[in-house]
Amino acid sequence: MALDREELLHIYRVMKTIRVFEERIHDEFATGEIEGFVHLYAGEEASAAGVMANLTRDDRIASTHRGHGHCIAKGVDVRGMMAEIYGRITGVCHGKGGSMHIADLDEGMMGANGIVGGGPPLICGAALAAKVKGTRNVAVAFVGDGASNQGTTFESLNLATVWNLPAVFVAENNGYAEATSSKYSVGADSIADRAAGFGMPAVSVDGHDFFAVYEAAGEAIKRARDGEGPSFIEARVNRYFGHFEGDAQTYRGPDEVEDLRANRDCIDIFTAAVTTSGDIALADLEGIDRDVLGLIDSAVAEARSAPRPGADDLLTDVYVSY
Amino acid sequence: MARTITYQQAINEALDQEMANDPSVILMGEDIVGGSGADGEMDAWGGPLGITKGLYTKYGDRVMDTPITESAFIGAAVGAAASGLRPVAELMFSDFMGVCFDQIYNQAAKFRYMFGGKAETPVVIRTMYGAGIRAAAQHSQSPYSIFTHVPGLKVIVPSNPYDAKGLLIQAIRDNDPVVCFEHKSLYQSEGGVPEESYTIPFGEANVVREGGDVTIIALGLMVNRSLEAAEALAADGIECEVIDPRTTSPLDDETILESVENTGRAVIVDEASPRCNMATDISALIAQQAFGALEAPIEMVTPPHTPVPFAGSLEDLYVPDATKIETAVRRVAGYSR
Amino acid sequence: MSDQDIHRLTMPKWGLTMTSGTVVKWLREEGDEVAQGDELVEVETEKIASAVEASSAGVLQRCIANEGDTVSVGGLLGVIAGAGIPSEQIDRVVEKFAVAFVPDETAISAAGPSTQRVVVGERSLRYLKLGDNESPISENPPALLLHGFGGDLNNWLFNIEPLSAGHSVYALDLPGHGESSRDVGDGSIGAFAAAVIGFMDAMDIHAAHLVGHSFGGAVATHIALAEPGRVTSISLIASAGLGPEINTGFIDGFVAAERRGALRDELGKLFADPALVTRRLVDDVLKFKRIDGVTEALRQTATGLVTDGLQAPGYRNRLHEIAAPIQVIWGQADGIIPVSHAAGLAGSVRTTIIPRAGHMPMMEAAGEVNSALADFMDRATG
Repeated sequence: MALDREELLHIYRVMKTIRVFEERIHDEFATGEIEGFVHLYAGEEASAAGVMANLTRDDRIASTHRGHGHCIAKGVDVRGMMAEIYGRITGVCHGKGGSMHIADLDEGMMGANGIVGGGPPLICGAALAAKVKGTRNVAVAFVGDGASNQGTTFESLNLATVWNLPAVFVAENNGYAEATSSKYSVGADSIADRAAGFGMPAVSVDGHDFFAVYEAAGEAIKRARDGEGPSFIEARVNRYFGHFEGDAQTYRGPDEVEDLRANRDCIDIFTAAVTTSGDIALADLEGIDRDVLGLIDSAVAEARSAPRPGADDLLTDVYVSY
Repeated sequence: MARTITYQQAINEALDQEMANDPSVILMGEDIVGGSGADGEMDAWGGPLGITKGLYTKYGDRVMDTPITESAFIGAAVGAAASGLRPVAELMFSDFMGVCFDQIYNQAAKFRYMFGGKAETPVVIRTMYGAGIRAAAQHSQSPYSIFTHVPGLKVIVPSNPYDAKGLLIQAIRDNDPVVCFEHKSLYQSEGGVPEESYTIPFGEANVVREGGDVTIIALGLMVNRSLEAAEALAADGIECEVIDPRTTSPLDDETILESVENTGRAVIVDEASPRCNMATDISALIAQQAFGALEAPIEMVTPPHTPVPFAGSLEDLYVPDATKIETAVRRVAGYSR
Repeated sequence: MSDQDIHRLTMPKWGLTMTSGTVVKWLREEGDEVAQGDELVEVETEKIASAVEASSAGVLQRCIANEGDTVSVGGLLGVIAGAGIPSEQIDRVVEKFAVAFVPDETAISAAGPSTQRVVVGERSLRYLKLGDNESPISENPPALLLHGFGGDLNNWLFNIEPLSAGHSVYALDLPGHGESSRDVGDGSIGAFAAAVIGFMDAMDIHAAHLVGHSFGGAVATHIALAEPGRVTSISLIASAGLGPEINTGFIDGFVAAERRGALRDELGKLFADPALVTRRLVDDVLKFKRIDGVTEALRQTATGLVTDGLQAPGYRNRLHEIAAPIQVIWGQADGIIPVSHAAGLAGSVRTTIIPRAGHMPMMEAAGEVNSALADFMDRATG
């Protein structure tokens, strides 16, 4: 389905927001002000944007520990996200979840997950709920190359097939599961081919190419909505930062990241693609850049000055009622 | 109208009535229908012990067989609960918790808290537990204390048909994740159960027998064994109060402490392995909050710290019986400093 | 002196399921002079604690059962006999009893009355009938017992058998109560009255002696005003409908109580002596309240009974319209509906006030209430 000018500008905004958000967190984390673990998505934006451009607010996604990009693309409030990562009571999870468990069920975001492979079974459930209720909504599970080896992922691929669930599984293969290369840890030659063995359509696409992801995701999501069952997409991506902030990434080749930034940056690729026709000018995009910078700046400032949760908040929301 | 039915029928009735009452209630589990994909009949089993028989016939697709894939289907039950359904998933043997514990421990239990109060996960996981049928080490355990340990979960252990139906209906209507432990040897036990739907609130213990000399706290199958012991002891003038907590999370501290304040002597009977089981938890509660009332050390009657043995001669030594309970009661009753 | 003047005090059967009782405390001593109806010994069953009354006057010659003993229904508790009767004669009677008496638990339960159900309109009503009175209904109409708010036919457990000596006795679970259908319509007294009249029609009861307790009393009065031909006499025990005041704290508290402690506190208000409320009684009421639809039915019924903290305008000023004989029975210490409602009624209304009884005199002073009821019904028919 062709995207119009407004939609393309929106997609640029989404990807740029993710990029600036993550780069900013990288800088702030280094000052020691942000607690706990963060896992940054910078470099993989086209994957999140390409999938989410096919989803509505009522569709559901489950993410990995590297969840900021999925959150932003799904429509979770950026200021609330920043506050959550800063551990403030104004955060989307009131400071109770942090980066690794960032979620907003109202936006259909069922959470980043601290457990590798935690998402796929939950998405089978969300898809089952859509099917039982007859809503035509779909559920998308994001996994990494690491989680693609986890038992929960395999079981979910099978269960989704057996129950003909409106689910889509997206493996963002960035080549590394923590410090271990996927060349080592994935036994098969292709994650997509392996998924096809479970009985569902599976494709592998260049995750740096927004349009490639968008098209493949569009087909898979339509298939699910039409009641034709689950699909698998392997998006080949690259992350710029370490597994976690603080990871020196010594396991990667020298210049690997520099090279990617210079030659295969997905936002640059998108920019080039949308400005060729003349419909969109660089100036339009630069205007968005300024907006985004302003948004992130104020998000950080707000987060910093917001109150932290206190003793009263410690005990709340364990149960609905006990 | 109350009439006598079995524990198994009471569970089936609870599921049936709630499914009739609320279209968002769905069931899933291994062989809970039986016959899926095969050439013979559907509802061939209705569960490994026939507990869910007849429900597929009434509710069709809302009752789903699963492949043998616990982490996927328990996780699916959790995800579906967080997405507006009220699933009741059956974990065939509680011993299988090993292959799906993350979905319960790290996902279901923690959504509400981690997501700042936005999530509601009204999932029920029903599971069989307990020793005595020579099913050996991997099919006979009683791990309810492990789930009790987890903030965000609720745990129920009904000991009789009336409690089974009321607690399970309550569990299905409850908006938090609940794990329901059903002792495999109790399914054929009988009791009076109203035809109508009813509930029992969590955190309310049942005083099954009143008595002023020794307090016995027991769960599940151990309740009946304690009553047997109490009968024998009454003949010798030792009157036992037998308390069945019914739910371990939340736990009715008040009723337990009130009784021990009155008797000064406590014996806790727990079929679970002795380290870190419910007996240790309740002992600590009593020691901490009723210390002044105690006239004797607290006794715990539990199996030894071993896996459950296969041979009947060994398993009968393993599971606490009425005689062992009696011995413990006599010890505390006769204790003086 | 014949053995006939030696009266055995035996364990009574209270209610449908009692098979034995435990002696809690003797209230009188061997050698005491006792009058018929005096409370002699406190007994506790699973369901209730109460006192066994002297069945005849005389001297309490023997206290046979000891405190703490569990005695089967029909078993010997003590002996009452005239002062002059020789001790050996009494001993022989006791011995003879001990030899002959075999508590037959199955017979006891089987001999007890069992409840039945009847469909009236859209509802299924549970009821109990006792007494196979052969005399024609016109000469000896049956008694119809109507319990109060939140109660059921078991509220009459001390009354049904004694009353059945002279009449057929029907006790009914009103809609929304006991095991009858939960639908109470709009919850008005009129709706309940219509249900009871429907019951009488279904059971071919043309006319009956109505006996109503508390809310049931208001229902009975409503029937007497609406269908005078159906009512032979009307006995109102601690009845609603005779004055404005009512303990709304109890009504609200009873409806709201979800846990043992709270409910025990509320049930205690019903009795002059709260110790009569056993754990089993509380548990049974809790089980009832936890059935789907019950709390809504009770709430609906309460709105039919109470408006703005007071009873809806009742029947006090309309009693004169009722041709059938009326009696009221009230406990002096009634904490739910004040005993003052029994005062100042028309002279033709027979009034009995029972000292030391609360809101449940038919349980707290069963002997006295049974006498008043039986006597009144006989006079009304005769």
